[in-house]
Amino acid sequence: MTTTTPPVAAGTQDTSGRSTRVSRVRKRLSGRTATLVTIVIAVVWTIPTFGLFVSSFRPEAQLKTTGWWTFFSDPQFTLQNYQDVLFGRSSNSGQLAGYFINSLVITLPSVLFPIAFAALAAYALAWINFRGRDWIYISIFALQIVPLQMALVPLLSFFSRGVSLGGVTLMPAWNLDGAQNFAQVWFAHTCFALPFAVYLLHNFIAQLPKDLMEAARVDGATHPKIFRTIILPLITPALAALGIFQFLWVWNDLLVALIFAGGSDVTAPLTVRLAEMAGTRGNEWQRLTAGAFVSIVVPLIVFLSLQRYFVRGLLSGSVKG
Amino acid sequence: MAVFARPRQALAIAGVLGLALGVTACGTGSSSNSDNNNADSAECAPYEKYQGHSGKKVEIYSSIRDLEADRLAESWKQFEDCTGIKVNHDGSAEFEAQLPVRVDGGNAPDLAFIPQPGLLARFVERGQAKAASADTKAMAEENYSADWLKYSTVNGTFYGAPLGSNVKSFVWYSPKMFQEKGWTVPTTWDDMIKLSDTIADSGIKPWCAGIESGEATGWPATDWIEDVMLRTQTPEVYDQWTTHQIPFNDPRVAEAVNRAGTILKNEKYVNGGFGGVRSIATTAFGDAGLPITAGKCALHRQASFYANQWPQGTKVAEDGDVFAFYFPAIDPAKGKPVLGGGEFVTAFTDRPEVQAVQTYLASGEYANSRAKIGDWVSANKKVDLANVANPIDKLSVEILQDDSSVFRFDGSDLMPAAVGAGTFWKGMVDWINGKDTATVLQGIESSWK
Repeated sequence: MTTTTPPVAAGTQDTSGRSTRVSRVRKRLSGRTATLVTIVIAVVWTIPTFGLFVSSFRPEAQLKTTGWWTFFSDPQFTLQNYQDVLFGRSSNSGQLAGYFINSLVITLPSVLFPIAFAALAAYALAWINFRGRDWIYISIFALQIVPLQMALVPLLSFFSRGVSLGGVTLMPAWNLDGAQNFAQVWFAHTCFALPFAVYLLHNFIAQLPKDLMEAARVDGATHPKIFRTIILPLITPALAALGIFQFLWVWNDLLVALIFAGGSDVTAPLTVRLAEMAGTRGNEWQRLTAGAFVSIVVPLIVFLSLQRYFVRGLLSGSVKG
Repeated sequence: MAVFARPRQALAIAGVLGLALGVTACGTGSSSNSDNNNADSAECAPYEKYQGHSGKKVEIYSSIRDLEADRLAESWKQFEDCTGIKVNHDGSAEFEAQLPVRVDGGNAPDLAFIPQPGLLARFVERGQAKAASADTKAMAEENYSADWLKYSTVNGTFYGAPLGSNVKSFVWYSPKMFQEKGWTVPTTWDDMIKLSDTIADSGIKPWCAGIESGEATGWPATDWIEDVMLRTQTPEVYDQWTTHQIPFNDPRVAEAVNRAGTILKNEKYVNGGFGGVRSIATTAFGDAGLPITAGKCALHRQASFYANQWPQGTKVAEDGDVFAFYFPAIDPAKGKPVLGGGEFVTAFTDRPEVQAVQTYLASGEYANSRAKIGDWVSANKKVDLANVANPIDKLSVEILQDDSSVFRFDGSDLMPAAVGAGTFWKGMVDWINGKDTATVLQGIESSWK
């Protein structure tokens, strides 16, 4: 967030043509106009969120009849919306805390699985020579364009009916019940995340200097050893960046959770509960304002604590060395 | 490098361990079968015919959620206790979109409460819905009028009884305001127009409306058209219209649309509290009637379920802050046309315990059990008015049970989804925004294949 380098420091390094260009760009981006534009963009982008935030403290009747800006001329403050969301009145749905935990139980493996598999796959695709390697990589890469929605019915059928070809059962139905449904959600999220994760990590890993791997191999290191001691530490920023992406995606996901986790309080995540909270006819939508801020807390913590890696991860892809 | 590698290594190992633990965790399932059978007690007597399925589970999927879902669970609690059948209800805001996905994917619920006969027909055509058992059919025929049952009968086979209902032919108003100004509730269409003129002359716009509803924007206007159509034409013509035996741009449909337009597209009449005619398209349906409580609007045509939209503390009663009157007929001599909606209990499996629940939900015992809990209307003939506490629900039940009422289902729910939940909605938005009736109807007609 605070990465403003003093232009003087950049100027002293003006020895090669490349760094001159870099410093020129840097100077332009930190100019007064650029700062002004940035501030304007930041303000414009924050207004809707700010409006939502103000709304979440307004009483229901006010919220439904007037815009959030009237808050400043006629301030009426209530915590009722938060009260409803956090300690909801719906008895058979239970407390919000349960859904919070469901969300965590869904999110953590759904982030760790694809990252773990993708890192291994990306390493193999980048540094292990085998026939058809490029074709495998291209086909994984191409899978990114398959829309998630197209895979929902086949995947659900895969879980609930199993796979059979010409009457021969290749894989039986999973027949999961209750909390076991988490496995389906993990599986689905992992499937949907893998193509992009492999693609992203492959790009990082393939850019690592070849000398490193060769030196390690000369010293007698095996592939697992190289992966653990050389690759993993070097791609940590990329893993963190991917982790944030995947975390935000899974945490905010409603569609996959609805289909594979269902709406029961045993497995449903926060998003499902929030969607329900507006009532059968959406008449209690004032609760959504507060709900949005409750559900935003965890992603915000994750993002702020990992953003150091996030910026580094983005840079390490574009700037070599 | 080795120095840096240590903590990372530990991290990686921790990660892998986490994965392994997660995998093993999902292998453990809990199986608790509580057999608390108090089937012999006196209060369980009505449930005798549903006995014999103790310990079985029935899964229900619907669009009912939050507070109403709690009431639903409460309504069949005694049935569960007496029969030992465990009923799991699951409500989702995305019900209409999710149900086809779940059914196609082989993960269908046992029962679903389907509010659109059009959607029900889709499952029948694909051979996915299960025909109702003879018991269910007998129970439904005993408790519901033929007007209702025909909507869940596809090609002569009966698929499920209605559950809850709502009456859409209502105009909301403020009894307080009417009393203060000396207005009276109109009983004919002409009276209603006269009243509108009187109100308009007094300086406020009489009608308020709003058809914005997210991706379903436009549906409140389709209800308007259907309600007027039922009044300008006979129910038979209405049926021909919803089944496409007459084209969508038939002159009789155009006449109904134009008559609705004399109110909805009349700058003198709308849109109280919001602005001009065009503001109807951008006003959320849930907020559209609220100007009535602020005295900025006098009349709002919306279904009985609008009772839930009033802010907390608003008294909904004949002598309260807001109430509704029956949307009057043009010629009262021809009977009382009633537009409404409801959901149908459709089965996707035919296990005996599922059929038992399906039959129970069609029974008078269930309807009264649910009615007692409140905020619910059903067309079930066995509903005892004494069990319906809420004044607006009482009025709805009275209208539904009235022999002179001619009930017709919400037309847009009967049409194919591409029209009823697609071009009809969008056409209405264009119509409000100034497009002429002929062009709009032509557009909808050409989309109905």
